[in-house]
Amino acid sequence: MRGIVTAAGYVPYRRLRRSAVPELLGSGGGKGARSVASHDEDTTTMGLEAARLALGSVPAAAPSALWFSTPTPAYADKTNATAIHAALQLPAEVAAFDLGGGLRSGLGALSTALSGTGSTLVVLADQRDGLPGGPDESFGGDAAACFLVGEDGPGAPVIAEMTGSASATDEFTDRWRTPGERRSKVWEERFGETRYLPLGRDAWNRALKAAAVEAGAVDRVVVTSMHGRAAKAVATKLGVGEGAVVDDFSATVGQAGAAHPGLVLASVLEQAQPGQTIALVHLADGADVIVLRTTEAIGTWRAVRPVAAQVANGGELPYGKFLSWRGMLNPEPPRRPEPLRVQSPPAWRAEDWKFAFVGSKDRSTGAIHLPPSRVSMQGGAVDDMEPIGLAGTPGTIATFTVDRIAYSPSPPIVFAVVDFDGGGRYPVELTDVDVDTLKIGDRVEMTFRRLYSADGIHDYFWKARPVRAHDG
Amino acid sequence: MASHGIKDRVAIIGMGCTPFGEHWDKDVDDLIVDASMDAFTSAGVTKDDVDAYWIGTATSGSSGMTLARPLQIQGKPVTRVENFCATGSEALRAAAYAVASGAYDMAMAVGAEKLKDGGYQGIASPKPAGDGTARTLTAAAMYSMIVPAYAKKYGLDEDQVMDVLATIATKNHANGAVNPRAQFKKAVTKETVLSAPRLAGRLGVFDCAGVADGAAAAIVVRAEDALRYTDKPLYIKAFAVSTGTGSGLIDPDYDYTHFPECEAAANDAYAQAGITDPRHQLAMAEVHDCFTPTEMVLMEDLGFAERGTAWKEELSGTFDRDGELPVNPDGGLKSFGHPVGASGLRMVFECWLQLRKEATPERQITTDRTLALTHNLGGYPGEMVSLVSILGSELG
Repeated sequence: MRGIVTAAGYVPYRRLRRSAVPELLGSGGGKGARSVASHDEDTTTMGLEAARLALGSVPAAAPSALWFSTPTPAYADKTNATAIHAALQLPAEVAAFDLGGGLRSGLGALSTALSGTGSTLVVLADQRDGLPGGPDESFGGDAAACFLVGEDGPGAPVIAEMTGSASATDEFTDRWRTPGERRSKVWEERFGETRYLPLGRDAWNRALKAAAVEAGAVDRVVVTSMHGRAAKAVATKLGVGEGAVVDDFSATVGQAGAAHPGLVLASVLEQAQPGQTIALVHLADGADVIVLRTTEAIGTWRAVRPVAAQVANGGELPYGKFLSWRGMLNPEPPRRPEPLRVQSPPAWRAEDWKFAFVGSKDRSTGAIHLPPSRVSMQGGAVDDMEPIGLAGTPGTIATFTVDRIAYSPSPPIVFAVVDFDGGGRYPVELTDVDVDTLKIGDRVEMTFRRLYSADGIHDYFWKARPVRAHDG
Repeated sequence: MASHGIKDRVAIIGMGCTPFGEHWDKDVDDLIVDASMDAFTSAGVTKDDVDAYWIGTATSGSSGMTLARPLQIQGKPVTRVENFCATGSEALRAAAYAVASGAYDMAMAVGAEKLKDGGYQGIASPKPAGDGTARTLTAAAMYSMIVPAYAKKYGLDEDQVMDVLATIATKNHANGAVNPRAQFKKAVTKETVLSAPRLAGRLGVFDCAGVADGAAAAIVVRAEDALRYTDKPLYIKAFAVSTGTGSGLIDPDYDYTHFPECEAAANDAYAQAGITDPRHQLAMAEVHDCFTPTEMVLMEDLGFAERGTAWKEELSGTFDRDGELPVNPDGGLKSFGHPVGASGLRMVFECWLQLRKEATPERQITTDRTLALTHNLGGYPGEMVSLVSILGSELG
């Protein structure tokens, strides 16, 4: 049996309250909130966080391929999946591909993996931008999702198998963006709505037929689209039972483009019982439908950090800060030199340290060295250390400070000396932090971030972020 | 294997020091020439009398040509040294050890730095990014972590610590106010210090040393030759360097309330000089007050105060210019300014003036003691170099 072995969503910590938009601009905005990737996050880092959460539920899993899909990649030409591959410390034999492009490509990657072979880690991420006051700014969202798709196996059983799928493709211009642009444009909404309705109905009917299931027997349906009106209209025409259409997080996260079907599906799987039928409908330049049936194994599968908990666990971001993070407002930077570009050979030599936060542990004294060292700081042993990865190890703040003059893409820098559970100390920048409530003794966890970019090269490394009550 | 030192084998016979500050009209060559000419005049020698030269600069030049070119030193050994903020003191140490070894009869140490041309506040020298994982925190932020750590360890609240730090800033500004060579010749009140905008942690602008341009120079000969040049030489009693491994940053036992490198350098220097009770044997000390909490912690690391008591001693005036042990009587890095490569030699210059009773009367310290200490640290809590020098106006 082939299917989904594990799943996870990632919702960044920050939220833009939509009513904050008209408070500044006089118009725009709306009800609810959207998720906002931190200034140090991009689709690669969010995708990695989703992958860490997904694989955290199945330590025995060993993917044979990594597919990363996003319409808003951190790099063109250079493969983004390789950074995720490095951060997960996947073996070199594991291929890592970007399956890029449109809003349709995320679901395409998942459905291709489900009908393919091997054990494929499918990572979806998106970061939606729009001009100030516009609907995309308020109703877009930032998120990632990850699925491990493969055969049923010991320690990593299939929790949901695909029983049917269908696509309906059509060429029409509803939403478009040229490469490099941050703002999307849309055609008059009614045109798209009239296209998506028949496409959605057609794909839905064929998928149900392939799965040999009646609409009324579908327990949960996820309908996602950047075209909100079309999604609502299609959802009402599916013929499913009352309450089957799930909350798509429009009010709390916004529509996270190509990642959104994955995010909502991961959340549904987290709450599903064995033997349920779950359908996923995504509308983007056509319609794609996947029908899944959960297995007995889903009863024992546990999410490391459920999507619902992440959705509930947001911290508000002032609109001005949001605008500056999205490049729509350019506040005065600290009068300090900007950093130089990361050098490729040193970054490659330090791959496990930089991308996976792997230090070294002295075999005789146990002293932990971050970054790894050949000579021990205790006892003087030389070349007698073993690697120790601390990316997944929580820690405690020994002391901290706020640097208001150092260069940062979003000053000030909050910086802490972190003592890791079980040993090891590292002074590290904090992120997703509300400094007014920060205290010595607070608990933190490591998170993969983009420190800055220079000459178009992104500097990926680890920061620490507070562990919050809802995090579980 | 031991650290023997060179007590009383080498003497300083002449010194020079430029005013420190914003020398918009001088480049580093001008500063080097000014300090060097003052030192030649002070010793009554010319550049041809000097057998070997050391130039200390952290960022204002590479190689001995940084000195050989502006002074047009022909055919002599000239070497550049660098060891963070101990750079100037390292130049003097190298020159003194060269004379003590018998290799040369006369050597000169020059320290110089031109920082104000950079265009940024603070010390900003962009380094290659390497693998991109090195932290980008400012020195002010690293030293600001002393405040909560010291408060917690000794049962103070942070406001009390800030009051102590304001006392230190006020003291050093008062000393600089009467020093014609100081960068900031202005006294400040504690209220001004405490109400300044915060830069990092709880540290404000008055908790930070002045970024300055400047140069200082010293000429050394064997002790037995010194009286041929001056009747008031300064004898070198000790040089001690302790270079950290950087492991304090990753050592869970390090608590940000002391600098082990400084304590180690001080203990070595005291042993070399035969000092057993620094607080009661030293006439004065020039210490590396790059930030106000640094001076507080150093009073304990250097043995001037028991652990956990430096804050009280600062408040009670022990380290004031007219106190029991004057610390930074010239204003310190805080108000004299900190041109990195020059600072160590500037500290020695203050000892030169004070032990020879040549400071201006309003700031001349009154003491019967004949020993003075200078101290540099470079780097950050947990990863630093430290250098302690001891000088005396008498042999023995």
